Amino acid sequence: MNLHEYQAKSLFAEYGIPVPPGRTATTIDEARGAAAALPGEVWVVKAQVHAGGRGKAGGVRLCRSQQAVAEAAAALLGHRLVTKQTGPAGLPIRQILVESGSAIAREIYLSVLLNRDSGRIAFVASAAGGMDIEEVAAREPEKILRIDVHPAAGLQPYQCRRLAFGLGLRGGEVAQFERIARALYRLYLERDLSLVEINPLIVTASGELVALDAKINVEANALYRQPALAAQRDEAQEDAHELEASRHDLNYVSLDGDIACMVNGAGLAMATMDLIKLHGGAPANFLDVGGTATAERVTAAFRLVLSNERVRAVLINIFGGIVRCDVIAEGIVQAVQQVGVQVPVIVRLEGTNAEQARRTLAASGLAITAASDLTDAATKAVALARAAQVAA
Amino acid sequence: MSILVNRHSRVICQGFTGKQGTFHAEQALAYGTQLCGGVTPGRGGSRHLGLPVFDTVHDAVAQTGAEVSMIYVPAAHAADSILEAADAGIALIVCITEGIPVNDMVRVKAALAGRDCRLVGPNCPGVITPGECKVGIMPGFIHQPGRVGIVSRSGTLTYEAVFQTTQLGLGQSSCVGIGGDPVRGMNFIDVLALFEADPATAGIVMVGEIGGGDEEAAAAFIRDHVRKPVVAYIAGVTAPPGKRMGHAGAVIAGGKGTAADKFAALEAAGVRTVRSPAELGSGMRAALG
Repeated sequence: MNLHEYQAKSLFAEYGIPVPPGRTATTIDEARGAAAALPGEVWVVKAQVHAGGRGKAGGVRLCRSQQAVAEAAAALLGHRLVTKQTGPAGLPIRQILVESGSAIAREIYLSVLLNRDSGRIAFVASAAGGMDIEEVAAREPEKILRIDVHPAAGLQPYQCRRLAFGLGLRGGEVAQFERIARALYRLYLERDLSLVEINPLIVTASGELVALDAKINVEANALYRQPALAAQRDEAQEDAHELEASRHDLNYVSLDGDIACMVNGAGLAMATMDLIKLHGGAPANFLDVGGTATAERVTAAFRLVLSNERVRAVLINIFGGIVRCDVIAEGIVQAVQQVGVQVPVIVRLEGTNAEQARRTLAASGLAITAASDLTDAATKAVALARAAQVAA
Repeated sequence: MSILVNRHSRVICQGFTGKQGTFHAEQALAYGTQLCGGVTPGRGGSRHLGLPVFDTVHDAVAQTGAEVSMIYVPAAHAADSILEAADAGIALIVCITEGIPVNDMVRVKAALAGRDCRLVGPNCPGVITPGECKVGIMPGFIHQPGRVGIVSRSGTLTYEAVFQTTQLGLGQSSCVGIGGDPVRGMNFIDVLALFEADPATAGIVMVGEIGGGDEEAAAAFIRDHVRKPVVAYIAGVTAPPGKRMGHAGAVIAGGKGTAADKFAALEAAGVRTVRSPAELGSGMRAALG
């Protein structure tokens, strides 16, 4: 789960990590009031959306007067911000963060995340702050510093010093960096995060380290024990279909093709998308109905995939292990009748009670295309979707 | 021969009296698994499914001599259960539980390092040696004793590979679902090494997916250490970057962990790859000649 920058910075402040003075605003008047209350003569107005690349997209504006702050607020609030990470529809800007401007001497990159190779929490730092870290990693990997933390020992002072000196920090900056790194590690563990990223962490003209930006992801599996963070979820920033799916406990990801998929198991769901592509089609979604697919869940899943108006065919691929295929087949029949499906439905059922399931589908009198195996299912779905496209 | 479990393996179930534990313990018993009891704190001394229930894993090990444990404990308590099993001297811990917080698994992995025990999972279908021992949630009836070793990060894709190799009459020596989480116990390399050393395994099917670098590491290991034919498939060619595809570990992050990279690494290592999951069985048959 993503947090907004202002939420992340509030956590930073709680853990003693320096952030610029700032206030959130949801109206132009609030924005003007925020600027008046904040120190300095220069302010930065930042759109609060769950996406990176805000600066290049015009979502971060430097203002030299309160009037300019009001104008920036007017240009952002109530509009949508399109960045290279959002897709063409962009994300709605419901809040802005107004901050006092900072005198930047240097920009550093610092993040905490899981190192999957070692199975440990890692710090990643680079003196090339303010830039896209993935580009730095690709072009100049030697500029990236990494350390792994042993969970029993915790983050050690020498590790902080290695990073600090490696970043070219000097004198009092080293001690400041160590305080920030230790606070970040504590924050990461205590709040069950999966990513904290500061890009940039700046050194000001007067030698102070300040987190100018803040990105936090909270680990989804741990939300049950982080109720205060779970309450900060902003559903307006999420894909409407994915949000609806999460309400039914379905794993769903929107894609831009026209063949909807309904599959049990995450791996098979991905493989089904790949099969559609392999046979010349394009998947409309990833959908894992899970190991306990009941008639109700199948119906909810049907409504979900059909709410996407691009869909020209639905491919159902179930390998019944613990889930019985005959139960799934009854669910499909019920769902097709209830939801009123207008597009071709292709079904491949294999595993427990598959024969019985095929008889149920055939006896239903519904326009369901049975597929004999994976390849047959994919080729039929692609052909039927293409025929529907030609007809339309 | 087989790997990890066989007809002599003595198995206990943690979370024995819960709904999941009960259902899958019944299935394991019906399959012929030597299930010799289970653990539910506070229920020690009672019986369940005709077997003894213990308060602690230590008690269960002392009374039954179990060396394998399958864990169906809810996610909030599963890390504790893994560590309890390890402390009690269980040699093979199979954790089925999905949704364990990653930071819990980081601690578990560090605590297990250097110990003489193996962890399979979490978030996995488990381990089976067909006809002998089923420790997990896989449907037993699709398996057939045979000569293909299967290792996979995905449950249902494991079943596809099993189903196809059964239909082709190849059968399976053992099947190991290593799980879909980013921090887990046994990895591809650990299982590949066991299959390579197992005389009953003639060929290996490996099913990977997007996210992380474990398939790339496996490719390097196969190049240097595996002489048996390996057929591999990677799920997620069409997965968009930055999105978690069901499994906690199935996400392309920072341009790393794509299916294309993994296919390329495996092919460079001489592995026979298939672009369709429908060709896992036929690919294996062709590789075995």
